[in-house]
Amino acid sequence: MSDLHQLLGDIRKHLPKEKIAYPQVPTFTKIKDKAVLKQQFIDALALVGGVCHDVSDIAECQQIMRDKLGEVAVICSATAEWEGNKTITDIAHPRDLDDVDLGIIRAEFGVAEMGMVWLTENSLKINSLGFLSQHLAVLLDPDTITENMHTAYQQIDFNASEYGCFVMGPSATADIGATLVRGAQGPRSLTLFFLKTPVPDQ
Amino acid sequence: MRVGLFIPCYIDAIYPKVGIATLELLEKLGVEVIVPLDQTCCGQPMGNEGDQKNAAAAEALFCKNFEGFDYIVGPAGSCVKHVRQHFDAIPQTTQVQQIRKNTFELVEFLTDVLQVSEFPWTSFNHSVAIHNSCSAIRGLHIQSRSEWQEPRFNKTEELLHKVSGVTVKHLDRPDECCGFGGTFCVTDEAVSVKMGQDKVADYERQEVAYVVSPDMSCLMHQQGIAERDKSPLKFVHIAQVLNNGPY
Amino acid sequence: MKFKRMKINVEKNAAAFIHMDDVHQPTHDKNLWNARMKRDRMAASIPEWEQMRDLASQIKEHALTHLDQYVEQFVMAATKRGTIVHFAKTAEDHNRIIYEILKSHNATKIVKSKSMLQEECEMAPYLESRGIELIETDLGERIQQLSGEMPSHIVMPAIHKTTDDVAELFARTIGTDPNNKDPQELTEAMRNNARPKFLEAHAGLTGANFAVAETGAFVVCTNEGNADLTAAIPPLHIASIGIEKILPKTEDLGLFIRLLSRSALGTPATQYTSHFMGPRENGAELHIVLTDNGRSERLGKAEFWYSLKCIRCGACMNTCPVYRRSSGIAYGATYSGPIGIIIDPTFDDKKYSELPFHSSLCGSCTEVCPVHINIAEQITLWRQHMVRIKASKPSLHYAFNVAGKLFGSPKWFRRAEKLGYYGLKLAPDWLVYNKTLNAWGKNRQMPAIQKETFRDWYIKNRVK
Repeated sequence: MSDLHQLLGDIRKHLPKEKIAYPQVPTFTKIKDKAVLKQQFIDALALVGGVCHDVSDIAECQQIMRDKLGEVAVICSATAEWEGNKTITDIAHPRDLDDVDLGIIRAEFGVAEMGMVWLTENSLKINSLGFLSQHLAVLLDPDTITENMHTAYQQIDFNASEYGCFVMGPSATADIGATLVRGAQGPRSLTLFFLKTPVPDQ
Repeated sequence: MRVGLFIPCYIDAIYPKVGIATLELLEKLGVEVIVPLDQTCCGQPMGNEGDQKNAAAAEALFCKNFEGFDYIVGPAGSCVKHVRQHFDAIPQTTQVQQIRKNTFELVEFLTDVLQVSEFPWTSFNHSVAIHNSCSAIRGLHIQSRSEWQEPRFNKTEELLHKVSGVTVKHLDRPDECCGFGGTFCVTDEAVSVKMGQDKVADYERQEVAYVVSPDMSCLMHQQGIAERDKSPLKFVHIAQVLNNGPY
Repeated sequence: MKFKRMKINVEKNAAAFIHMDDVHQPTHDKNLWNARMKRDRMAASIPEWEQMRDLASQIKEHALTHLDQYVEQFVMAATKRGTIVHFAKTAEDHNRIIYEILKSHNATKIVKSKSMLQEECEMAPYLESRGIELIETDLGERIQQLSGEMPSHIVMPAIHKTTDDVAELFARTIGTDPNNKDPQELTEAMRNNARPKFLEAHAGLTGANFAVAETGAFVVCTNEGNADLTAAIPPLHIASIGIEKILPKTEDLGLFIRLLSRSALGTPATQYTSHFMGPRENGAELHIVLTDNGRSERLGKAEFWYSLKCIRCGACMNTCPVYRRSSGIAYGATYSGPIGIIIDPTFDDKKYSELPFHSSLCGSCTEVCPVHINIAEQITLWRQHMVRIKASKPSLHYAFNVAGKLFGSPKWFRRAEKLGYYGLKLAPDWLVYNKTLNAWGKNRQMPAIQKETFRDWYIKNRVK
């Protein structure tokens, strides 16, 4: 059986003599204006089939989802602000979220360049919520939108979670006849609501 | 300026008019042109296939023929690229390195060294498509590479715009390989032919009468395909157009 | 099934693909050229694109020239997070380790997301022959699994199949209506077929696109979310990671995520960019099988180690005019296209001795690579290797022995030209255009060797 010691020995035997220095990578930031970043986020998300709405409260979000999906059977929320009918804290096993029609998550921040949102087990509560749900509703505070992947990685604390995912719209594939299809294995749709993070109760 | 004229093997045997056109063109431009009579081949077919041993004799003979010139100019992009970038089957003496550095393809020689601004003795009243070989584009950089974010230019096209009557049409796939690839054209015949047929189809879609190129080797393959297809397309070397023949 | 040492006749396989009908090859070529065009449009939209490529190349070269340091850092960081790291020197080690982990957990039903490394190690047949049920969850990989074929492209595994092919396959294997040729509905059928497999799986296997030494984390990029389902539901997650995937720092990911999907598919990123730092809460386990399988040895090959920079984007395949007309299946290897022909000979230089010759040396692959691998140059160097070990075509080698002498002697060259002229002039067409003797003449008219060569003309007209 192989071990680290053997692997390091094998590598050292073959390391190229000429060493290349580690370069400084700029963040390539250009935009300071929050409104511009928000619009860039909206455009990027639209490109990949995600839809954005500006809302003032959860009731508005709920109405929009009802108009979109009709009355769905199972709604599971990872947030305190938007109540569903399946309580995530009662879930014993990740597979038990299989029947979720609409999953609700508050994203930790957004990335303008890509229209991505960052989710971890802190925001998902159970990771499979983000992937077994047939549809996703994502809440995002527009003030948390950062410019690009470089600035995004700067602000993540990789000690704060075991899992983290940049989610960019609904799931997709073009594996059959190079035709783009939305709703491959994961969620069929992603609807994003710009809503400020609620101030926690005292 | 003493220029040694490099006549690739297939130009000598199959397309001598291209050699004549190149010679006459350079002389019209005031260049003293000498043709070493013992030249044969640059060794590219062997070099490309990895046969360094058999490429060496050709490379050595080339250097023997071409010492002592200010420039060596050849009407062939792939051969010149081979000399400049791959001539390593022989020891790299100062003399060999000097010869390699001074070997130029015709289009780049006219554009970068002579910086010719007009060709008043010629006209070409036809619609043409330009074919720059992969060696000329990605090796000698006579055209900008579509894979890169870089300013767009095409030295062959710039020269043709100086010839009265020429209309240049652009291809759907301007720099896709035509499939010649040296011995590839016979060792990998099915793929090579398909690539050539696709290239000829692209010319036909643009409805051009002529294909003009600084590289007859590619054209030899494309012409073979077009002729088998009974296409009326005609294939000429840029030296012939710039010199007003011989056709 | 794969026969270990049978030499791959890539030219013959490519010809078969071209002559299959007039649908498959043109569709394949069109779709992949389209991916290349989309890549160009992405690149044009980012002013710093070329700077990004240079930086990515440099980071990879730095990481590889200091690989021992980063492997050690990665292993320590991952272990600290509770991840269990195993070491596989060979493909057999890799497969055996994974089997033993599964066996010790009584795991017999597995779901997996795409891993070229697992493909390379031929893990699936190894596990299946030991009673493990393995389901590919990437749609393209599942299509290939159901048809008993290797993936044809490293990003779009079934790109050589038409929608009709998939409709026929699904009808045969998962019971869909053979007349249903709508990609949306076929995808839906697979979604419903795969879903229960995720829920009942005992373990999930993934690969990794990148691994970060600083944190011990690794990243998996998918469009379907299948890696996330694979990792989020079963209690056991095993990731196969090649040692060359390790990057020094988290911030490097910013660069590579921006380059990867733009180069591969011409989209800004994949729908899911998933980061795994340690085992999930609630008693789940995370294992990494850190695998060498010839990579450390390749690092020591001065001519070829740059191929380790590869981020598996497939841009070289999309741009390669030869690959687009061959399909990846023609190469008979896990890795096909330009990157394949410079990597595969490191696994077996006899079986894959023809691959480096399956190229017109156009050089587009080198130009398109996001990490500046000198692919075309390495192709030529592999050809030199094949000639040295006498694994190149004997007919070509014999022809070159003759050519070498001819081209080295002005006198003999002149004689050959005259012989060629008279030979072709006198030979009847049926001989010249004989399909067996003359490959040129199969589909092309012959060029005409001239009676008066340039040299003849020059001596006659210019030499006093």
